[in-house]
Amino acid sequence: MDKATKATLLDPLYDKNPITLQVLGICSALAVTTKLETALVMSAALTFVLVSSNTIISLLRNKIPGSIRIITQLAVIASLVIVADQFLKAFVYDTSKQLSVFVGLIITNCIVMGRAEAFAMANPPAASAVDGFANSMGYSVVLIYVALFRELFGSGMVLGYPVFTQVKDGGWYEPNVLMTLSPGAFFLIGFLIWVQRSLTPDLQEAD
Amino acid sequence: MDLVHYINLLLKAIFVENIALAFFLGMCSFLAVSKKVDTAMGLGLAVVFVLTLTTPLNAVISNYLLKEGALAWALGDEAAKYDLSFLEFITFIATIAAAVQLVEMAIDKFAPSLYSALGVFLPLIAVNCAILGSSLFMVEREYTVTESAVFGFGSGVGFWLAMVALAAIRERLKYSDVPPGLRGLGITFMITGLMAMGFMIFGGIQL
Repeated sequence: MDKATKATLLDPLYDKNPITLQVLGICSALAVTTKLETALVMSAALTFVLVSSNTIISLLRNKIPGSIRIITQLAVIASLVIVADQFLKAFVYDTSKQLSVFVGLIITNCIVMGRAEAFAMANPPAASAVDGFANSMGYSVVLIYVALFRELFGSGMVLGYPVFTQVKDGGWYEPNVLMTLSPGAFFLIGFLIWVQRSLTPDLQEAD
Repeated sequence: MDLVHYINLLLKAIFVENIALAFFLGMCSFLAVSKKVDTAMGLGLAVVFVLTLTTPLNAVISNYLLKEGALAWALGDEAAKYDLSFLEFITFIATIAAAVQLVEMAIDKFAPSLYSALGVFLPLIAVNCAILGSSLFMVEREYTVTESAVFGFGSGVGFWLAMVALAAIRERLKYSDVPPGLRGLGITFMITGLMAMGFMIFGGIQL
């Protein structure tokens, strides 16, 4: 593997993480993470959409006129999201109901548009596919981290299996309901950013 | 379906189910454009404007064209078995993009001073997930056209309120000693979490 591909593949995981550093795709990262299962399904859906949209847009990049590129990108992305949504409805109906509007919102997820605009419009298809995959992994890592802690502390479970037995089931753990509500998600991402930037002072903002 | 019903819907959309703090929609611009009160005010007003316009517009499209059996009024009973709701995503995003473009041109022509205040923010809004999100929520909750106009306006006001409040806090933050790793994005997440907790006291308000 040459250096450029390696950088494309590894940067989004830490140094240029889409959520904690590029501030992209936060809406869904916060909303679908009350349970690990929904976070995993959401990550899979986003990976599919991002890899395919980056590849398709990169293939079309010399044919798209500059003035209408946004709407062209939106049309490609929206069609791919429809495919992902129909697939989820057909095979994992319950999870798709829990994800509610957030599968549809992949269309306006800034990661997809952001990568199309910043990478796929200027690079060949293979590199764009790698970039799409790497960025979805960067997104998934954060999603899984947030969902793991929210499910564990919010209900004492991981993937639906009890890890901490709750008081109401005769155990010792009193669930922290704050974690399942919206403030918990904000605090967890805030802490993640704090830890990451303390470990790597180069990433700190001057502000 | 009296006035109280609509007032309840409005209050719920503004405070109880605040679109930014409870559903995490529009987070990207919420975090990125909230450094100053002036710009937050501009973007907030543009969001109120576009939401009030596009949510009922999409409700009309969904209720009379896309829903199962919705075409019966135009094409007769045979059309009652058509279900085009899988086209929702791509139609909604096209409507939103077109509406934003039209609003931009109309404001430029008839109210140049408003245009210079909102101008830069209007194109941004087309890909703001709050706009598409409230259209999708409108479908999921089966609102009528009037209800969705009220809901769209309420969501917009809720977004505007939360964003201006966050910007005001961030302006004050300049004078405080934030740990280096938390500066910028990290502390903003923490503040938003605290604001979300604050908004939770509105839970259950009804007339």
